[in-house]
Amino acid sequence: MSKIIRVGFLRGGLEIKQFMRQRESVVFTLLFPVLLLFIFGSVFKGEVAPGVTFSQYFLAGMIASGLVNTGFQQLAIMIPIERDFGTLKRLRGTPISPISYFIGKMIMVFTSMIVQIAALLLFGVLLFGLNLPTTVDKWLKFTWLVLLGSICSAILGIAFSAVPKNGRGASAVVSPIVIILQFFSGVFFVFSTLPKWMQDFAALFPLKWLTQGMRSVFLPDGFASQEVAHSWETPRTAAILIIWLVAGILISLRTFKWSEK
Amino acid sequence: MSAVTDSPLAIEVRGLVKRYSSKAAGEKIAVAGIDLDVRLGEIFALLGPNGAGKTTTVEILEGYRNRDGGSVKVLGSDPGNLGAGAANWRDRIGIVLQSTKDAEDLSVAEVVHHFANYYTNAKDADQVIEAVGLTEKASERIETLSGGQRRRLDVALGIIGNPEILFLDEPTTGFDPEARRAFWELIRNLRAQGTTILLTTHYLDEAEALADRVGVIVDGKIIEVSTPSNLGGRNNAKARISWLENGVRAELLTDNPTKEISVIAQRFTGEIPELAVHRPTLEDIYLEMIGGK
Repeated sequence: MSKIIRVGFLRGGLEIKQFMRQRESVVFTLLFPVLLLFIFGSVFKGEVAPGVTFSQYFLAGMIASGLVNTGFQQLAIMIPIERDFGTLKRLRGTPISPISYFIGKMIMVFTSMIVQIAALLLFGVLLFGLNLPTTVDKWLKFTWLVLLGSICSAILGIAFSAVPKNGRGASAVVSPIVIILQFFSGVFFVFSTLPKWMQDFAALFPLKWLTQGMRSVFLPDGFASQEVAHSWETPRTAAILIIWLVAGILISLRTFKWSEK
Repeated sequence: MSAVTDSPLAIEVRGLVKRYSSKAAGEKIAVAGIDLDVRLGEIFALLGPNGAGKTTTVEILEGYRNRDGGSVKVLGSDPGNLGAGAANWRDRIGIVLQSTKDAEDLSVAEVVHHFANYYTNAKDADQVIEAVGLTEKASERIETLSGGQRRRLDVALGIIGNPEILFLDEPTTGFDPEARRAFWELIRNLRAQGTTILLTTHYLDEAEALADRVGVIVDGKIIEVSTPSNLGGRNNAKARISWLENGVRAELLTDNPTKEISVIAQRFTGEIPELAVHRPTLEDIYLEMIGGK
């Protein structure tokens, strides 16, 4: 067991090294969200509610999106590519446990996510004077949202990695799903202003709950009354994320493929 | 060669069958009842044209594919049913797959050192890099390697775990002649250390240079297993003598070339013009075997 964990951490180190050496992945994961924050923050200068700027609202959504980008999107694209390139087939021919492989992926996801969130917070504070939470409670909530959200997101990425037929097409299958969910889940638009059918649809997926959760961290408590449910719905958020996490684990166990055959 | 004759078996295959079904082609039998014994310590080459079932057979032995019939034992275990022993079994085998393109952003040394961590009895990573001739490239990114260097890295990753059996699937495809010679030397050194090697190839000279025994596989069946020098009755085949006599090329097929040549020599004073004696090459024999299916 200790070997499985040790090799998992070694794989994590290797994955981070590979990640840092791929210019596209670094730009896409680190710079792109910051660029979006800059564009949206510069264009929409208004307030969503008294004392709440759109930038603040958008930052919460972008952090939630970061969990989906670095976990779900990254793995659902990367794993089919690794399947095509023979990485997974080669690993399967060695004594490595699949658990070590997944530990490595989790470490990589977690690292890129931390860096992405740190970049967003840093630029948010420097460029738009965004307010960071000041209470321990909120930082605690932020922590469990990040942990649960990123694990859930990564597991769903592994589960979804069985869908793209090959590595080349993976991005075309995965990215639109993420972008549509971002539009529907209150990242680019204020959620309460969206049509009801859109809100109902988004409520089926984790991203809407993550954005709402992040708003409960980064927006004033009073803003809860502006939400569709007039509440942060924290227990429900946790429940829905856990349901998706369990579903993701079950699907991964059934469908994860080491090789293309 | 005789040293391995009585060795116990590393691989034992009986009646192996594999079918594929596709919507377009219906059911296709890729492997149609193969028996195969590979002794501990020998180099066994599976020869056959593309699509004959070489890779399918090897991938079943490697535990990558399920079979539809027959029995398989590799190092005493059934690769199709490893269960909890899978990691231990994989600890003892090495696999060099057909072309891979993974880990392009890492260096040779990083990858070989990393893979050493997967195995209980790993070899020294730097020595393995040296053995495959990549020491000068050790700190280079894998994306900068040539095809042949890339393949040698694949071999390095196949042998890093100090395997008892090494599977090599068409290892030298795309090599230049010099690289192939160097590669053969590497494989011979592994054999000298006691590694059992199962090799697939469609290069006849490779099988001849390396293998203790070869099996020819055509249409999913093994049609002959023999030493390279005896394959297809090659050792008993007639020799073809050709020479120039009265400005005309003369040719003679015979079981006794020495005797025939001494007879011909009497008709000339000195050298027989353009004398040549040919034995059928492995390629001649092989082409006859697979053409006559």
